[in-house]
Amino acid sequence: MNIFEFAVQYWPRLAAGTGMTVAQFFLAAILGVAIALVMGLMKLSSSKLLRGTAVTYIEIFRGTSLLVQLYWIFFVLPLFGFSIDKFTAGYVAVGMNIGGYGAELVRGGILSVPKGQWEAALAINMSPAQRMRRIILPQALVNMLPPWGNLMIELLKGTALVSLISVADLMFETKQINGSTFLSAQAFGAALIIYYILARFMVTPFMRWLEAFMARKMGRA
Amino acid sequence: MFDWKWEFAWEILPRLVSATGNTLLAAGAGYGIALVLGLALAVAQRTQYRVLTFAVREIVEFVRSTPLLLQIFFVFYVGPQFGIRLSPWTSGMIAIGVHYACYLSEVYRGGIDSVPKGQWEAATALNMTTVQKYRRVIIPQAIPPALSGMGNYLVGIFKDTPMLSVIGVAELIHTANAIGSEHYRFLEPFTMVGIIFLAISLPAAGLIRLFEGRVRLKLGLK
Amino acid sequence: MQDMSGFPLELTGENKPMVSFRKVRKSYGSLTVLDDLDLDVSAGEMVSIIGPSGSGKTTVLRMLMTLEEINGGVIYVDGKPLTHMEKNGVLVPANERYLHSRRSDIGMCFQHFNLFPHMTALENCMEGPVQVLGLSKAEARDRSEELLEMVGMIAKKDQHPSRLSGGQQQRVAIARALAMRPKVMLFDEVTSALDPEVIGEVTNVIRQLVSEHNLTMLMVTHQMGFALDISDRVCFFYGGKIEEQGRPADLFGNPQRERTQQFLSAVKEAV
Repeated sequence: MNIFEFAVQYWPRLAAGTGMTVAQFFLAAILGVAIALVMGLMKLSSSKLLRGTAVTYIEIFRGTSLLVQLYWIFFVLPLFGFSIDKFTAGYVAVGMNIGGYGAELVRGGILSVPKGQWEAALAINMSPAQRMRRIILPQALVNMLPPWGNLMIELLKGTALVSLISVADLMFETKQINGSTFLSAQAFGAALIIYYILARFMVTPFMRWLEAFMARKMGRA
Repeated sequence: MFDWKWEFAWEILPRLVSATGNTLLAAGAGYGIALVLGLALAVAQRTQYRVLTFAVREIVEFVRSTPLLLQIFFVFYVGPQFGIRLSPWTSGMIAIGVHYACYLSEVYRGGIDSVPKGQWEAATALNMTTVQKYRRVIIPQAIPPALSGMGNYLVGIFKDTPMLSVIGVAELIHTANAIGSEHYRFLEPFTMVGIIFLAISLPAAGLIRLFEGRVRLKLGLK
Repeated sequence: MQDMSGFPLELTGENKPMVSFRKVRKSYGSLTVLDDLDLDVSAGEMVSIIGPSGSGKTTVLRMLMTLEEINGGVIYVDGKPLTHMEKNGVLVPANERYLHSRRSDIGMCFQHFNLFPHMTALENCMEGPVQVLGLSKAEARDRSEELLEMVGMIAKKDQHPSRLSGGQQQRVAIARALAMRPKVMLFDEVTSALDPEVIGEVTNVIRQLVSEHNLTMLMVTHQMGFALDISDRVCFFYGGKIEEQGRPADLFGNPQRERTQQFLSAVKEAV
């Protein structure tokens, strides 16, 4: 059976798996961006407590494996009374992990905004929150978008791990198909191609578009 | 922390420590493959053979865009379909080695591109062969700027070794899983695995930075 | 395909030139940098090349060092073709292997020195002799130290380039090129990147080479006084051609062509 015949026969399951992968990707991305913003800002805070919390968070999530974090959230957290279903555990783990990496990008992006911008915002008597929201963050965002593109690819690849706690994503469906048919080359080959298409022809072009869009909005293009 | 049993933690520690050995071995061997293969992939993209350059470029993109977990399964299961049986260790090392070789090739490429054109010309003026140019002039200068990227991927490969558990390589997560199912206790093994990872990757990142500085010093690059 | 019938397989005779450009053409796309250049340099001759920027003078040296491919004509070094090789009795463009067999006849010093930053001054000089010529380390060291002595850099032989001034680096670069025992030495604006107060230490080394060694040399320079002093012949390049050439005293003292006069008076004014 060649890979096309395979795709024709198994497309409903591959499509369902891909749908789950995309859902996990979006939820994890939203969570990851939110955490990255909060932790990135906290790491720049003048409060020792906030800074300490952010550093601890970032070091823990960047210093251990995504798989370890996923298992910990899924198997260990329930022991503390937080029962989480596998679907939620999946995107929460991936999102929290990416949030740790993203926090460093947010921090770097903010630091890359010239000091004169802070001073100018201060000179028109903006409050610290206004300065950050109206002046600094928009500029930081444009500066940090290119590395976010790579991080989004890492996120997409990271979602494959949720299959290991039985979330029925593309990876999971592929393994199931392989287990029942032993058509390994076709099954894994098809999944590789689908992931590649998602990464190269959806995530990357979207991030490029976002870069261009933001740059235009900032009057840089 | 409630319900944490020190006695149990103490009891399973030796098994986790020996699994740590396997994890480090897997990371080291995978990194060794990636270092050598990555350099080959980087240099291949600088040859004048358009087809080779294009093919290598696309392969690198493909490998970098798809999940390592899937690649591990692919290498492990596809071989037997064609009568090639690879052990979990062998397939794991191939998958993780190739995956990181593609990442490292980008790091090397950046390093090679950072060497000024005049260095190539001076090497030509001394009548060096292409191999001599790379070995004696270009690579020694390409490595220092690449070191921080290379170091990051060393830590990265270490953190990705748990994925090898899915094909039965007895590294940390595999062992923690086994302990968990034997004793119906997951708190201690998974938490300890997390701590072991932190205890290795955090100092490693610091050591790599130290090493980077020393290499620069030794090569006289300030 | 170019008709190669007008080009001999080899230059012979008692007074055959050390370097010979025959109808050499070089262009980048539609821009012609050198147009049918003919230039012979005799053994032991010192030729300076002057001219406005963009006149193709640096390209002449870079082609001779095989850093640039030529688009037409043939370059001969020591009687044998450099840019081409013989195949079944006709000249065909040289392959890398042939170039490798011929390139050691030529040495070059660059405007920006291009010393290898990860090697000491001595290691820079030993690199070519050991790796390319296959000399023993001891032999290469003797040869390199002798040359570093000559350029006045022996005291700094164990320093890396980052610890040396521009003038010092350029002197090491001259020693490095000489260590390959080339028949032809090329100097490409070797003083242009130097601070004015250290130019003298480099020009003095070149002066010494001219007076004590029987090397064939081509030099691209902006220093007219220096060219006047040490050259056997000066070529004025304009628009990819040799506009005028002659003995330095003649060319500088009594230029015949209008463009040469303009150029020289513009240079004089700038000083």
